[in-house]
Amino acid sequence: MSYKANFRVWRGDVDSGELRDYTVEVNEGEVVLDIIHRLQATQAPDLAVRWNCKAGKCGSCSAEINGRPRLLCMTRMSTFSQEETITVTPMRTFPVIRDLVTDVSFNYAKARKVPSFTPPEGLKAGEYRMQQVDVERSQEFRKCIECYLCQNTCHVIRDFEDNKEAFSGPRYLMRIAELDMHPLDVADRQKAAQDEHGLGYCNITKCCTEVCPEHIKITDNALIPMKERVADRKYDPIVWLGDKIRRRK
Amino acid sequence: MSEVERHSYDVVVIGAGGAGLRAAIEARSQGMRTAVVCKSLFGKAHTVMAEGGIAASMGNVNSNDNWQVHFRDTMRGGKFLNYWRMAELHAQEAPDRVWELETWGALFDRTGDGRISQRNFGGHEYPRLAHVGDRTGLELIRTLQQKIVALQQEDEQEFGDPEARLKVFQEATVTRLLTVPDSGSEDGARITGAFGYWRESGRFVVFEAPAVVLATGGIGKSFKVTSNSWEYTGDGQALALLAGASLINMEFVQFHPTGMVWPPSVKGILVTESVRGDGGVLRNSEGKRFMFDYIPDVFKEKYAKSEEEGDRWYTDPDNNRRPPELLPRDEVARAINAEVKEGRGTPHGGVYLDVSSRLPADVIRRKLPSMHHQFKELADVDITAEPMEVGPTCHYVMGGIEVDPDTAATPGVLGLYAAGEVAGGMHGSNRLGGNSLSDLLVFGRRAGLYAAEYVTELGDARRDVDQGQIDEAAAEAVAPFANEGAENPYSVHQELQQTMNDLVGIIRREGEMAEALTRLEELKARAAKAGVEGHRQYNPGWHLALDLRNMLLVSECIAKAALEREESRGGHTREDHPGMSADWRKVVLACALAADDGHIDLVRRSPEPMRADLLALFDRDELKKYLTDAELPAEEEGSD
Ligand SMILES: Cc1cc2nc3c(=O)[nH]c(=O)nc-3n(C[C@H](O)[C@H](O)[C@H](O)COP(=O)(O)OP(=O)(O)OC[C@H]3O[C@@H](n4cnc5c(N)ncnc54)[C@H](O)[C@@H]3O)c2cc1C
Ligand code: SF4
Ligand code: SF4
Ligand code: FES
Repeated sequence: MSYKANFRVWRGDVDSGELRDYTVEVNEGEVVLDIIHRLQATQAPDLAVRWNCKAGKCGSCSAEINGRPRLLCMTRMSTFSQEETITVTPMRTFPVIRDLVTDVSFNYAKARKVPSFTPPEGLKAGEYRMQQVDVERSQEFRKCIECYLCQNTCHVIRDFEDNKEAFSGPRYLMRIAELDMHPLDVADRQKAAQDEHGLGYCNITKCCTEVCPEHIKITDNALIPMKERVADRKYDPIVWLGDKIRRRK
Repeated sequence: MSEVERHSYDVVVIGAGGAGLRAAIEARSQGMRTAVVCKSLFGKAHTVMAEGGIAASMGNVNSNDNWQVHFRDTMRGGKFLNYWRMAELHAQEAPDRVWELETWGALFDRTGDGRISQRNFGGHEYPRLAHVGDRTGLELIRTLQQKIVALQQEDEQEFGDPEARLKVFQEATVTRLLTVPDSGSEDGARITGAFGYWRESGRFVVFEAPAVVLATGGIGKSFKVTSNSWEYTGDGQALALLAGASLINMEFVQFHPTGMVWPPSVKGILVTESVRGDGGVLRNSEGKRFMFDYIPDVFKEKYAKSEEEGDRWYTDPDNNRRPPELLPRDEVARAINAEVKEGRGTPHGGVYLDVSSRLPADVIRRKLPSMHHQFKELADVDITAEPMEVGPTCHYVMGGIEVDPDTAATPGVLGLYAAGEVAGGMHGSNRLGGNSLSDLLVFGRRAGLYAAEYVTELGDARRDVDQGQIDEAAAEAVAPFANEGAENPYSVHQELQQTMNDLVGIIRREGEMAEALTRLEELKARAAKAGVEGHRQYNPGWHLALDLRNMLLVSECIAKAALEREESRGGHTREDHPGMSADWRKVVLACALAADDGHIDLVRRSPEPMRADLLALFDRDELKKYLTDAELPAEEEGSD
């Protein structure tokens, strides 16, 4: 049941690089990451790739397979025909370090710009009470494994490098939505979403949602509701306060 | 040697999993300038993979729960070999550590009255595991990561620099701890820092610090079938050994009963115990729920005798006993092993784990979303409609660096602390599910706290790093480039994994372990000749060549200790010594580096007797199963 597959893998660094061809064995049930590992063990010991869990849980192994943003460990070889040449390239939106490894520090920098969870003054540890229905919305967003595939895909930064300054990307706009929908968070996040994180740049194309390996409905459940909240309130502090108090009871 | 990049800190934490991050948060909160060093990106450490939950006796689902019951379960699970003081602190402090996570933004699943929900797990008397579906580790790591970001935001406000007091050095691997001889003791050492390389550039980096916390996790990559990731090469254990510390209980390796067995490329990936906690059952190829045949004597009174009783327990736990699928992991793993060996396995050499006939499809999808996803994507199996095939997989090491139970300090190396999976003692011979995540937080915090205390007391009496050690470490690290292709590090690694799997695996025999030790010697010689191609920039072949030293040292500890311990207990099963011996319970095997530096010496230690008030938490009859007559508490007047 094993066969030889044609692989074309991007090799290189910041300065230069090329697609290199390999012929490599594939066995039943394998995923693309297995093949990359076989290349390392047999033909290209210095081929750089990030991975950890090999089970779609850590979000390390993001790359582009035949041009589509995917997790290497969750892409089964059986989804390709045996004749097909499979092209593996690094995520395009982030600067390459080497081979399939990119510099994702953009994301860490954006993460640091979102003010952290702010509980009500005086609420003690152990006294938090929240209903399951009220936490579920934010829980969906907390499934995020930070693979950055959505960040890689969103055309706002994929095609316009200059927007990186003003736009935090779907992952971090969703983080703001997560905190805004947290039943006990008391910070005002809506104005910042618009003014500091570039929510307005998003034109709800849903490309981010399509590539999310966790199947989080980023656009429908996080971005659109955030846009609605921003539009509704127009930053009227009385409206904002009233909303928080209602949601907290 | 040429100039090496240097950074100076008060406390350096090696490892960014649950234990490392909690230690760093504590050290920083105590005012220390703190660095975290990790091999992967920040937020990707192994802890992210934990599924089932975090054990803490909050009593939210069953109010009978309290720390004493949790302590008792932990000691039973570890077959009384645990450092009882660690088990005590762990049980007492776990609830506070979980509640604290909520104040940092964690969102656990809730009970009807809005508190943190808790689920059943093997060996825990009451529903005790706080969880978020089956992705609890992700929640834990993300919460700690976000707390670190919160602390950095404070520093940004105060100093204009988010990394003023807490910085994460990601994708850097530490290969040596730096020490100087400690003037205060005979052969002790004192920490001065750590040496490592950037994975990205291959350049060297030195961290100068009077205190180092090791939180590097486990050793699973020495075995072929494992649930562990590439990071688990036993680095911390080896770093500690090389610095002069001891490892204890290394013979105890946990084989999780349920790993995936098919397809081959995912063999070993974990299937969470929650599947059984939530109602899943194990069947052999004849359709029989075989676990009823494998309830050991020590647990006879605590588990259901019939399927009917076991099934009733899920809804009425007060009047029924739990099903034997929820026995501690070592028992279940051995049972599966035996069934397969006797020819009642599945086509791919496992047994069936079935929830599809037990719960409605939508409940399965809600309670076990990532298992549903994992089987669908990786094995084409829909767990709501058909059973899974599962078998044992190397999962966790109970043994680890010897530490002081209260302070997490390692005896023998001043300024060195260890917490999390890399530390030994807490779990005795077998860890209960959920007790690791809580262990990370309880002892991670303690390690950070006492490291900070040590640094504060030290004041200005810091010692400089020894340039000679830096030069040696650098020479050691570049050596593989000089061995032009003599040995392929990948082949040496594969043979090591096969050796440990076959000869020091779940069921052990004297002759095989002796054979393993011989092979390890050969592999050591070959590893010394492992060569790599290319340059130092992000070169996985080179990284592996350096990791081999650690894996081989740790494997030798496991094999030596396993050969020495002539009894079966928890994660150590000897076919030639099947019984558990009360005399052996009084023996802790400690491994240290021999004077010739290349080998491991084994030393026997006697654990401290358990405090009377803790002993009193158990029936005398139960204690008899574990302790020698001399250790038993005096019989009370008039009792039976
Ligand atoms: C699939 C799976 C599921 C699990 N589920 C559960 C569960 O439900 N409940 C539970 O309690 N336990 C569970 N466990 C066990 C638990 O997850 C681990 O024991 C625990 O996460 C270990 O945490 P840690 O902080 O000790 O180390 P880790 O989280 O593994 O972190 C180790 C860190 O050390 C770093 N490191 C290692 N070596 C070096 C080096 N040389 N230089 C620099 N950095 C280094 C790594 O990069 C990493 O950041 C599970 C384990 C697995 C594999
Ligand atoms: S929906 Fe918005 S965030 Fe998502 S890809 Fe489209 S523009 Fe980007
Ligand atoms: S939202 Fe989805 S695609 Fe984006 S980083 Fe998280 S897991 Fe990846
Ligand atoms: S390796 Fe973890 S998501 Fe692919």
